[in-house]
Amino acid sequence: MTNDPFTIAGRTFQSRLFLGTSGYPNQQSMLDALSASGAEVATVSIRRISLEGYAESMVDLLGKQWTLLPNTAGCMSAKDAILTAQLAREALETDWVKLELIGDRETLYPDVEQLVGAARQLVDDGFQVLPYCTDDPVVCQRLADAGCAAVMPLGAPIGTGIGVANPYNIELICNRSPVPVILDAGIGTASDATLAMELGCDAVLLNTAVAKALDPVLMAAAMRDAVTAGRAARHAGRIPKKDHAEASSPQMGLIGG
Amino acid sequence: MRIRLNGNDHTTTAATVRELLQEQDIDGELRGVAVALNDNVVSRSGWDSTRISDGDTIEIVKPFRGG
Repeated sequence: MTNDPFTIAGRTFQSRLFLGTSGYPNQQSMLDALSASGAEVATVSIRRISLEGYAESMVDLLGKQWTLLPNTAGCMSAKDAILTAQLAREALETDWVKLELIGDRETLYPDVEQLVGAARQLVDDGFQVLPYCTDDPVVCQRLADAGCAAVMPLGAPIGTGIGVANPYNIELICNRSPVPVILDAGIGTASDATLAMELGCDAVLLNTAVAKALDPVLMAAAMRDAVTAGRAARHAGRIPKKDHAEASSPQMGLIGG
Repeated sequence: MRIRLNGNDHTTTAATVRELLQEQDIDGELRGVAVALNDNVVSRSGWDSTRISDGDTIEIVKPFRGG
């Protein structure tokens, strides 16, 4: 599909792959992977400036070529997440935020109780909220009801590379969601991204699968193709799964028949 | 005066947010810097006029790599 744009919060993108900027072997690898991926949106975190020195700004490094989507990664309270979002808005001059509010540092699993409340507050404060959430259809509905611009259910916990752990839930969420669905977290390889798109996701957000691959640039290109393939397959209308064989070659005119 | 700066106790003679940034050798013209004073964001346009008081908590942040 050559022209299959993706609209979210009033902005339209050609690429349905959002890519993270963390964990690459080096800065050049990150830049090359971003280019190879075709992604138009790159996520960044917001962190205290190291008071020992100030490296090149991510805004200067990436801001001309990519739309930067700040996250509230690491936040465990609504208060911290909201302040981080507000600082991100000031720092990056954007009202988009990937809202990440986790319940424990080991699993990095979303704390949905705080997440929905924080999402509501940020929506009221004028943000376009893209919440990282569980693959729970009810939670996704609550986030959409709260005014989020999209929902971003996990495929599996961050960095696990497990893929889409519960495809049934993801498909359910995609079928019912009034807002775009971006599968975020847990992707391990290209086929995971393809599956997410085949299940009906509007886009995929990943980081570790590319950054920690043996060849991040090649994996970034693979992910670009994987997302495109999955989206096309979804639109093409797959055959149903059957429990019996059905010959594809005609049964007439067989030699020896 | 004594303040909390990025999670640490800090002694400063800066009177305003701008002066604090200068004291820390942070170039205020660099894009991507944001400041919060006692949990409220201080926009860039207010850096010169916003005063710092003893006991204030200040966060100075920038975008960093992240997923």
